[in-house]
Amino acid sequence: MLSIKGLKVKLEDEDKQILKGVDLEIEAGKVHAIMGPNGSGKSTLSYVLSGKDGYEVTGGEASLEGVDLLDMEPEERAAAGLFLAFQYPVEIPGVGNMTFLRTAVNAQRKARGEEEMTAAEFLKVVRARAKELKIDADMLKRPVNVGFSGGEKKRNEILQMAMLEPKMCILDETDSGLDVDAMKLVAEGVNALRTEGRGFLVITHYQRLLDHIKPDVVHIMADGRIIKTGGPELALEVENNGYADILAEVA
Amino acid sequence: MAEAAVKQTPTDAMIATLDMPQGGWSDAARRDALARVQAMGLPGRRDEYWKYTRPDTLVQAQAVPAALRDGDDTVLFDAVDRLKIVFVDGVFDANASDDLTLEGITIERLADATSDLHWGRDLYGVLENNGQNPVPRPLAALNTAFAADGVLIHVTGKPSKPVNIIYRRTSTTADAMLHHCIKLDAGAELTLLENGPVAARFNGVLEVEVADKAAFHHVRAQGRDHEQRAATHIFARLGTESTFKSFTLTANGVMTRNDCVIELTGDDAAAHVAGACVGDGRDFHHDDTVFITHDAVNCESRQVFKKVLRNGATGVFQGKILVKEGAQKTDGYQISQSLLLDDDSQFLAKPELEIYADDVACSHGSTSGAIDEDALFYLRSRGVPHSTATDLLTLAFLAEAVLEVEDEDLREEVTGRLASWLERHAA
Repeated sequence: MLSIKGLKVKLEDEDKQILKGVDLEIEAGKVHAIMGPNGSGKSTLSYVLSGKDGYEVTGGEASLEGVDLLDMEPEERAAAGLFLAFQYPVEIPGVGNMTFLRTAVNAQRKARGEEEMTAAEFLKVVRARAKELKIDADMLKRPVNVGFSGGEKKRNEILQMAMLEPKMCILDETDSGLDVDAMKLVAEGVNALRTEGRGFLVITHYQRLLDHIKPDVVHIMADGRIIKTGGPELALEVENNGYADILAEVA
Repeated sequence: MAEAAVKQTPTDAMIATLDMPQGGWSDAARRDALARVQAMGLPGRRDEYWKYTRPDTLVQAQAVPAALRDGDDTVLFDAVDRLKIVFVDGVFDANASDDLTLEGITIERLADATSDLHWGRDLYGVLENNGQNPVPRPLAALNTAFAADGVLIHVTGKPSKPVNIIYRRTSTTADAMLHHCIKLDAGAELTLLENGPVAARFNGVLEVEVADKAAFHHVRAQGRDHEQRAATHIFARLGTESTFKSFTLTANGVMTRNDCVIELTGDDAAAHVAGACVGDGRDFHHDDTVFITHDAVNCESRQVFKKVLRNGATGVFQGKILVKEGAQKTDGYQISQSLLLDDDSQFLAKPELEIYADDVACSHGSTSGAIDEDALFYLRSRGVPHSTATDLLTLAFLAEAVLEVEDEDLREEVTGRLASWLERHAA
């Protein structure tokens, strides 16, 4: 599904190498988690994959189902099936959540040569999905993320994911700023979207999210590289011993 | 002759090209106004109030011709049930207009209203004259002196539908001066719509007297005329518990100066003036100049102006709130913002507060900025193409001004017009 080979990335404006050769293969139907200390390059990886400005790829490649991602505009990557749930969802005053969702869904459909959803059709689907995520009608009407609590913002990310039905989902620190109940709700939303054909990359600091979204594979990232890969037990090891042991072991 | 022409001032040169309508109730007002123009002189580049906007093309004797374009838009307000008053090249067209009778309202053509007992005598040029102090507005006085046409609307009740003044242009050289007067009696209500291309050059004055507990809503669109040069003036006086709300949509045109002068003279009155402007190209120059005087207790005023400028366009905002002595509990709000879509475009703002009362709340703010890159990326990461995302964010920027249009249907029409303009002028 998602294939990353030797990916090297530096900041565009600074002579600072962030990713120093990342290799990662995520298969359809699997959930991979990346854990790692602050500044290891986890969020950069998610931004570079989704096409944010400010980064320069200096080596390696990344593809989704064999299609080169790095040459595409962000909207083309989205239409190709990539989705990033933001660590900090952006507030957009003046743009209604519903308008935003419908514009996004239909833009992707159009880009893929599919028929656009009618207003009625869209409304029906969005209401059903929103209900599952305990998103009320008021939240749908309000401007995108404006005045939303931390939990509401993250649920709104998952709602977008549910509406856009991507092939490959990247969740960047989706647990940050959430209390236990909110995290459970978000995790349920994600789990509902786990299907045979869909891949997940869950980026997190803490093991606790992985209690709710159970990963198949866990990677430890440090200093711009993946330094260790294992099963779910690796996350528990981090939880119990921190990153120090693993970093020492690799060094 | 040639020698005399050299010595002639621009004001004289302009006046020499104009014919003053003679006789009737407006005669004295016109002669007074002419004296005012001659005393003030037409605006020049050195005038403080024309610091950011070159008056040259507005004051020169001959209007610069403006090409006619086929309408590339649908016509605004077509779906609205309204009473249509049509002006073609600045002249009232009875055939194109609706029957001017409507319950609660009397409509007359300025050019026809000659009775000496006319109510217009107490309004025509009166608010314009009040508005000359402390800042002179000579083009408005010129208009009072020479305007040959316009409408006089006396609102005595609550008419069942809005009045729509529609402008059409068939000539590339039409140089039009129109003067409208609207008098709302106590408790009366009117919604006035204005749209369409007026003339190659347009000088407009709208005087509105809003009596106690009366409400006036005004929505106008200055668009569909890509080369028009216009100086428009609104003068309004508000009585106790009255409401005045005016919204202007500007797209296209090369030179537009919109003056708005409002006096709050009765307690508990509210005046809202707003504008949404989209401008493209180095030739585009748009100037909103607003002066609101609070001269009563517990009045509210709002100024909300948003401009989207691209490809070297220029936007100007000069907004002033004057709170006179004794105008306590004044609530004054003023915001002017521009969204600059490139480095060549510019926005010049001069917000002013002058306050002589000690129990007031006045705020003002002015900003210039580019599209929010984080918001743009967020939208694009969801599959929204760059141009669509830019348009969405641009409309969102304009939304605060458009929200000043109270009527939801009218608001949607305005938003739709802005959206289609953005689509046509894709970056």
